[in-house]
Order: sequence, then structure tokens, then C-alpha cells
Amino acid sequence: MSLLEVVHMSHDFGGLRAVNDYCLAVSPGEIRGLIGPNGAGKTTIFNLITGMYRPTEGDIRFNGESIVGMRPHEIAARGLGRTFQNLQLWRHLTVLEHVMMARYSKLTYGLVGAFFGTPKRHRQEAQSRQRAEELMTLLNVSQFADQLVLNLPYGAQRRVEMARALATEPKILFLDEPTAGMNPEELRQMMKIIRKVHEEFNLAIFLIEHRLRMVMELCDKVQTLVFGEVIAEGTPKEIQNNAQVIEAYLGKETVE
Amino acid sequence: MEEAATEKITFRGRLAASLRKSPLLGWLIGLTVAVLLEHLVGYELATAVGLPKIPVLFGFVIMLKTPLLIPSALFYVLLIYLIPACLIARLISAPSNWMAERLYRLPISVPVIVHLALLYLILHLWADISAYRGLTLRLTLIAVMMTLSLNLINGYMGEFSCSHPGFMALGAYGASVFSVFFFASDKLFGEALLPEALGAFCFPIGLIFGGLVASLGALAIAIPSFRTRGDYLAIISLAFLFIVKSAIENLEFVGGPRGLSGQPNYATLPVVFAVAVICIWIINNFVRSTIGKALNAVRDDEIAAEAMTVNTRQTKILAFMFGAFWAGVAGGLFAHVLRYVNPGTFGIQKLAEVLAMVYFGGLNSVYGSILGGVSLSLLSEALRPLELFKWIIIPLLLILVMIFRPTGLIAFKEFDVKALIRPKGHPEKEV
Repeated sequence: MSLLEVVHMSHDFGGLRAVNDYCLAVSPGEIRGLIGPNGAGKTTIFNLITGMYRPTEGDIRFNGESIVGMRPHEIAARGLGRTFQNLQLWRHLTVLEHVMMARYSKLTYGLVGAFFGTPKRHRQEAQSRQRAEELMTLLNVSQFADQLVLNLPYGAQRRVEMARALATEPKILFLDEPTAGMNPEELRQMMKIIRKVHEEFNLAIFLIEHRLRMVMELCDKVQTLVFGEVIAEGTPKEIQNNAQVIEAYLGKETVE
Repeated sequence: MEEAATEKITFRGRLAASLRKSPLLGWLIGLTVAVLLEHLVGYELATAVGLPKIPVLFGFVIMLKTPLLIPSALFYVLLIYLIPACLIARLISAPSNWMAERLYRLPISVPVIVHLALLYLILHLWADISAYRGLTLRLTLIAVMMTLSLNLINGYMGEFSCSHPGFMALGAYGASVFSVFFFASDKLFGEALLPEALGAFCFPIGLIFGGLVASLGALAIAIPSFRTRGDYLAIISLAFLFIVKSAIENLEFVGGPRGLSGQPNYATLPVVFAVAVICIWIINNFVRSTIGKALNAVRDDEIAAEAMTVNTRQTKILAFMFGAFWAGVAGGLFAHVLRYVNPGTFGIQKLAEVLAMVYFGGLNSVYGSILGGVSLSLLSEALRPLELFKWIIIPLLLILVMIFRPTGLIAFKEFDVKALIRPKGHPEKEV
């Protein structure tokens, strides 16, 4: 059975159809890619699946359960983690606090614990901190644990966002252009990290990317989106040679 | 390392370094001696230097009223407070460090209680000198509670709420009605229903009742806050403040615009002190938990918070209701300190005061709220003789703070009790 299944999802912004009849099925542990020119609706698809928007039509099932109409935090708590295209970090929190915050839904000590500092709270916060430290070590940001994220280099901020997303214990991770604005060295690192977390947690990954090289190297299967519609789907090789995809990216060859 | 840095030959450097060696415990003992000294020889000293009576607020009022007495007042403050406190704190720095270290090894509640008991002793002795001091002190503690609870909403969660005096009014009237209805014979509600002797013990229930009324009112702001932020929410909350005020003015059964009086004298200094300490303790616990830090996450990036499993709606409701609860409790105390409330108290003036305390002291910080609440309420008392000029000096001060420290004096700092009471003088042990 698929882990995540999107059936015939469409979305309108006013009169504009941003996503049309989109389908997707991701199995556990699979890496999927979504490519397409700017404004094709890739991020909209992410926002629809993660519950930021509600689709006009269609259904989204996660682990067999329909998640349409749930609040984003409920969907996230079920195991659908994400990062953002433009880093969305909390400017006044430290790196450690970022990663611990993402474990919010795992805390059960409630208000009594928060107000009075019960032993249960200390136990859970200690557990949470330990888990956060493991993740920070995995993503090579533990040296920044007590620093505010604003003071970190760009690549490290990206890794913090990834560590934060992993702390929600996702079954599938949505990465929205994880290498945007990175230099080749940081890019190489990020690819290594994506592979590492994929193997370590047998994590399914759904990736939006502009850099074709990265998609080609990482993904099992790739979809190409143009004006809200999937025009091609297949292995990276197939996509690379697809005439429609080449046309969408480079334009039609015309001889005049 | 710390010593090497401060090992300057200058007298000031040496003085500062030697004073820094005393733990908080030493300072508290020093201050205890100072206030004891005032009890013993304060009056004699005051008359000897030509002051009419013991200066009530560190000589400020006297200095502003009769500038000729400035040297005497300064001399008095120096001789009674400054020199004894510093001298004792420095002299006993070795034994007090030893004691602080002993206490530090015990469970954290023991040293905290010892420090609080000493602090209470100081405040009690200080306030004992005159009724005016007692009143000022109690109102200051209430101001600290108001500031801290508003900081939860405006600082920790970053919403600009203007309804805090409204919550305070709800709490003040809630608690007043509770105690007047049950425990006092009064024109409005008739005979007391329960024996008056029971009243003081039920006062906490009345305060909690007032707090709950206020937090119910906070729902009216919390729910619109799901959809609006910033200016719009500020306007909605300001509207709420006016609604509460005019509603109370029109409710005849609580006295309408004439106000409500007859509250029994329950809010004595120990009660106000205890409630303020509990308030600071609970709020500090809360903001240091992940559930409390979710407020910061909502402030800094709500979408990211939601995507990281934080229930942002619940967090907003919680922040508003929790902040309003403590504003309500503070209001209940306020009503019982003055033993009279009227709706006029809870207007724009009060809002400006408490907002000033929050932004002056520092956003997102318990230290800041304590500093802001204490300094501005003492300052506004001390500058009272200047009358109109008081309202020029205080805003001017605020403008300066906003220019040089836009987030307030002590912003974004965690209130760490352990660091506060730690023994000093062993730099290698301070990790």
C-alpha cells in the first residue's frame, strides 16, 4: 500500500486553476522528485498536501486515512514533515530550541506540567533534548546548539531546518528546494545528508528541485509539472529525454 | 579569568570587582542590616541631618520638594542604605559564599525559600516605617504582575494587545463581588452570607475566581487573533477595553460609575508578596517549557510553527487566557489593596502605564518585567512632587530607551533562578 496517495487533486485560486487533476502515490522509503519551471505550482502542491491550503477537489490519503481538511499541525504530527523554500526559522530561538520545538506533539505533560514543572515534564523535556542532540549531531549542527539561528552560515541554517523537520519523526519528508542559493560545496553536503537521512530512517522523500543534476542523482521517480499539470512522469532517465519536458524547460526548436 | 579582566588598578575597578564577589545571599543580608539600621536609628539620623522625618522613598520626594535638603537626603541614603549594605555584603562575602554553597547543594526549593524569606523580611521591615511605603510596595508588586502577564502576550507571543486593563477590571470586579457578596455586609449585596472570619482563608478562591472571569473575557480577543494580527488585533483589543469599561459603568448591581467599595482588608503585604512570587514562579516555569516556547515560535513564524506540529490556535488561546488570568488576579489584589474600585481606573491611562512598563523593562523577559514594573511604578511615585513635569520626564525616558534599546532594558533573557543564587568567587566552578 502507498504511504501517501493523492487522487485527482485540483485547486483554484479564485478563477485560476493552479493545480489540475494531480495524482501521486509514494511508497515507504521512496524518493520522488517534482520539477517544473517557476510558477508551475510545485509549492502549491506542497501546501495542499501539508494542509496549508484545502484542495478544491480530490482526496489526499496518508497511511490510508484521508487528511483533507485537517489542520497542518495535525497532518505534521501524523508523520508528514517539511522544509520551506525560503528558510522559515524562528529568529529568537536557539538551534537546540528549534529542534526541541518540533517535538511539541510528542509532549504529553500538558498545562499542569508547564505551569508547575512536574517530574513528568522534566523527564519528557530531557528525552526530547537527548533526541534533539542526536539529530543535531547527525546533521552536523551540534556545535551551534546554543546559538541563535540568525548567526549561522546559510548552509547550517538549511541543516537546522532539516533537523527540525526530522524531529517531528516524519514518515515522509517534503523538501522544498533544499539547495536553493547554495554553492557547489554546500550542495554536495546537502545531497550527502539527504541520502544519509533517507537510509538512516528509511524515510520517504518528496523533493522539489530546480537543479536537474540533483534530481537525477537522488530520485527514483520524477514528475514534471507545467502550469499545474503533470506532463511527464517516469524515471530520471526517461524524463531527461522526454521531448515535452525539454520543450517546457528550453522552449521549442523552431526553424524560421 | 574573570579576575584577570577586572584586575585594574583603578579604585572603581577594584571596588566593582570586590563587590562582585558577594553572592545574592550576602546582598540580602546586607540589605537586612540596612533596613534594621533604619528601624533603630533612622529617625534620630534624619532629625540630626535636618530632615523632618525618615525619607519615605529614598529621599526623592524630599529632594524634589525642597531642593535645599538634597545634601541631607543624599547623606541619609548613603549612611543608612548604601554604605551599610555594600560594607556588610563585602565583609561577609566569605561566610555568605560558604553558606550559599551549602544551600546550593540542597534541592533547589530550599535555597529559594531561604532567599525569598530574607527578601520578604527586608520588604516587611522597609514597609513597616510608614503606611505610604506599604501601599507603594503592594502596588509595585501588583504592577510587576501586570507587566509580566502583559509581556506574555505582547512580548512572548508578539501580539499587540491593548485590553489588559480590561482584564484587570474583570478580575478586580470578580474578586470584589466574591468577597463583598460572601463576607461583607454592604448596601449592594446585603448581609454577609458566610462568617467573616472565614473570608481571609477564602481570599485565594476569590482571586482565582477573578482571574477566571478575566480569562473568559480573554476568549473574546483570542478568537479574532486566529485571523488577524498586528494593528487590527490592537484595535480589536482596544475596543474590548472600552466595552468592558462601559459595561461596568452601566451595571448598577456593582455600583456603576460610582464604583464598588467595602472590600475587606485581605490584601496585606504578605499576601500580595506571596501571590506575586507564585505568579512569577508559574509564568517563569511556563515560558521555559517547550509548550511555553511555542509562543515564541508563533510570534517568529506562525506557518513554520504549525508545520512543526505546534497547535497554534491552542497556543494563542492559552497565551491570552493565561495572561488575562494573572491580570485578573492582579486586579483582584488591586481592588483589595485600595478597598475600592471604579471603572474609571481601568482606562487608557492604565493601559499606557502597563505598556510602558513592558516595553521599558524588556520584551520576552521575566527580569525585564520585574525591572520595568518596579522602576516605573517607583519612579512615578518618586516624581509625584513634580506634578505635571512627571508626565514629561517619564515619556522622555521611554523615548530614550526606545532609541537606544528598542526591545527594552533586559530583553530576551531567561530568568534562571539557579544562576541567580549561585555562590560567587570561584570562577572555575561557575560552568
